[in-house]
Amino acid sequence: MSTAEATSDPNALHGLEKDSSAGWRGPASKRIVTGYGFWIFILSDMIMFAAFFATYAVLHGQTADGPSGHDLFDLRNVAIETALLLASSFTCGLASIAADERSKVWFQLAMAVTCILGLGFLALEGREFADLVARGAGPTRSAFLSAFFTLVGCHGLHVSAGILWLLTMMAQVFAKGFRADIQRRILCFALFWHALDIIWVAVFTVVYLLGSAK
Amino acid sequence: MLGKLTWDAIPFDQPIPMFASGVVALGIVAILGWVVIKGHLPYLWREWITSVDHKRIGVMYTVLAMVMLLRGFVDAIMMRLQQSLAFQGEGFLPPEHYNQVFSAHGTIMIFFVAMPFMIGLMNFVVPLQLGVRDVAFPTLNSVGFWLTCTGALLVNISLIVGEFARTGWLPYPPLSELKYSPGVGVDYYLWAIQISGIGTLVAGINLVTTVLKIRTKGMSYMRMPMFCWTALATNLLIVAAFPILTATLAMLLLDRYLGFHFFTNEAGGNVMMFMNLIWAWGHPEVYILVLPAFGIFSEVISTFSGKPLFGYRSMVAATMAICILAFMVWLHHFFTMGAGADVNAIFGIATMIIAVPTGVKVFNWLFTMYGGRIRFQTPLLWAIGFMVTFIIGGMTGVLMAVPPVAFVLHNSLFLVAHFHNVIIGGVLFGAFAGYTYWFPKAFGFRLHEGLGHAAFWCWLVGFYIAFMPLYVLGLLGMTRRMQHYDVPEWHPWLIVAAFGAALILCGIVLQIVQLFYSIRHRAQLRDETGDLWNGRSLEWATASPPPAFNFAILPDVSGEDAYWGIKERAAEQTGQDKRPDYQAIEMPRNSPTGFVCAFFATLVGFALIWHIWWLLAVGAMGAYATFVVFAWRDKDEDEIPAEEVARIDRDNLIARRTMLNAPGIGT
Repeated sequence: MSTAEATSDPNALHGLEKDSSAGWRGPASKRIVTGYGFWIFILSDMIMFAAFFATYAVLHGQTADGPSGHDLFDLRNVAIETALLLASSFTCGLASIAADERSKVWFQLAMAVTCILGLGFLALEGREFADLVARGAGPTRSAFLSAFFTLVGCHGLHVSAGILWLLTMMAQVFAKGFRADIQRRILCFALFWHALDIIWVAVFTVVYLLGSAK
Repeated sequence: MLGKLTWDAIPFDQPIPMFASGVVALGIVAILGWVVIKGHLPYLWREWITSVDHKRIGVMYTVLAMVMLLRGFVDAIMMRLQQSLAFQGEGFLPPEHYNQVFSAHGTIMIFFVAMPFMIGLMNFVVPLQLGVRDVAFPTLNSVGFWLTCTGALLVNISLIVGEFARTGWLPYPPLSELKYSPGVGVDYYLWAIQISGIGTLVAGINLVTTVLKIRTKGMSYMRMPMFCWTALATNLLIVAAFPILTATLAMLLLDRYLGFHFFTNEAGGNVMMFMNLIWAWGHPEVYILVLPAFGIFSEVISTFSGKPLFGYRSMVAATMAICILAFMVWLHHFFTMGAGADVNAIFGIATMIIAVPTGVKVFNWLFTMYGGRIRFQTPLLWAIGFMVTFIIGGMTGVLMAVPPVAFVLHNSLFLVAHFHNVIIGGVLFGAFAGYTYWFPKAFGFRLHEGLGHAAFWCWLVGFYIAFMPLYVLGLLGMTRRMQHYDVPEWHPWLIVAAFGAALILCGIVLQIVQLFYSIRHRAQLRDETGDLWNGRSLEWATASPPPAFNFAILPDVSGEDAYWGIKERAAEQTGQDKRPDYQAIEMPRNSPTGFVCAFFATLVGFALIWHIWWLLAVGAMGAYATFVVFAWRDKDEDEIPAEEVARIDRDNLIARRTMLNAPGIGT
């Protein structure tokens, strides 16, 4: 594995332009290997979410004579959450571009905004959860609420872990600059953050939109 | 301060666990003492514990599997003894202890013997067969291994501190819910599996990426050795199935710790959802274990028949077909759920369909042997023993895929006989074949042949004597997991089965003797060329043991059976004196990240089991800090200079050329 790609054009295809007629040319570059491996991890994470989604689908009618989604969900709150998260994905994209351009200032700025948007999302979600528990609709109330809190909470935990990662990346770029290995980590972080958005779209649709219908 | 942990957790009044853990503790202290006194600790730390070399990690996985095999086998012997004694009586194991024994036996054999054995062999062999220097993520590989160790350690701690689950190897609710299992046993199970499950997932991601992205020049997919294909299929299954296990066990944990209602009888919980979810992981798990074994047999049969694998392409297709079908049959584990005739019929038929690609494989192996120049060495004996045994196990499996039959045999000893028939006859025989086959590659000397034969015959005959009676007992109506019984017709069969277990014990003893004998006589058993079986794939193209960088110059592959082609071309062009153009090689630096991370993971697991919340915080912050420290390091590779590469490679090259100039030497 060469380390030459550290200095090469960040927008290049990094070996993807491989001539297929010549057969396999040998081990892929580190950037491709890292990104590819992280994609596999994200796929496995999606399967874990799929298990929680399936469970929610099975249990969403099991309210044990307690409140249902229609009684509980506040779509206005969810809409703001969605807007925050989608906006954070956009600023995360800006951070990736800044990293490719090796602009420390823009990178830190975009990451900081991403962080604030993510924290805003978490605050709203935390408020929603606290409100539900206060109204006696906590996860121990019924199987439906267990599944709801677990699915949505698992996404929230991922966002929290993502923010911890984000802050670590900001500190790393501050301390070490755009080293090749740090660039690869930024790539993985961006993949992770965008993947959380995709999962949120599914949560938004399956849990909140379908759930708040009568 | 210590949560639920008090002195009551230690079973001072029970002699068996106290004695067992005393022996284990003495063994550990003796080994540690020997290591420290002899001054091996720095060596172990530098060369093994912090190693990120895929070969070292592979060997350590295998060692873990073998040690845990002994533990799991002790449980097996105790069960066979109990059932042979407990006719109209108590036996020697009280019920709550017996329940822990069979739960621990299954958990250990699947998660801490079969899994690490297979992952260890894949770790060791796959990069060598692909002709490359390392796996995709070396440090993560070490993290995965040490997290598996954490899981194994927690299971063993439960022997002396607290208790293990009494629920069987899969913790079916509602029995595993807090209401019916208030102790820490199920928590030990859950946290051990969650933590080692992360390790397994990491290993799966690593090996998938390795096979798909890191292969030497010219090693296209259809030139990969069969073992690499089965490794790919297995690791794809790991990546796709283990997250389901994690999610399922997380739900059970939430039920137990925070009063959620996923699988409870109250508030709308759904017990059968657990069965569906756990088997959506559990059935692919079966193929995660057996596919690498299929790969090992393919390599072994081809090598010891002196022929290329028959029907390579159909073998690839069969492997990938099994990989997909593995996800479509989970319901056959609980036909008795009452899903209805239509659903049961669909899953029954899907199950029978898996027999087709498996049959393709068996015929391919037979045709590979047909007309070959067969050498009956130990690995091939395991392979032949496998083919005979596995076919019997497979046929009883197809029998039970018929839903009405499954209703009669559900949870009987017939089932127990069936899955031991395929797991011992398939996975374990495969692991032993691979162990014998690749041992000389790993250590530079082979295992003693005669003792290997003797161990094989004890295992094979012992297996049949131990498990064929269980088929009969199942048909006589005996259910699994019985601590005692009153039916006189069962008693003789259970005594026979106990003798079979004793014969298997002889096999294990012979294997231990074989290992120690071979180490002592390694000078006579040495492998000078690195190709003592006259092998066909690239792991035989380098020295035994391979240097840290595996290949001084990455091989250029131009066909299937890559090394066989290289040897044939070299034999045609004898007397060539091409001096390789050596270059400096960069290898990843060793790192204690994996070990330290697993240390903190052990703290986290133990804290969660005993509700010691401050320790949980310490462990979690420690694990995070470990990763930050790792991420902060400036130098992650060491360079091996070209002269050093040349010096290491030259001796082996000379030995190898000498062999090639005298064709037909092999073994």
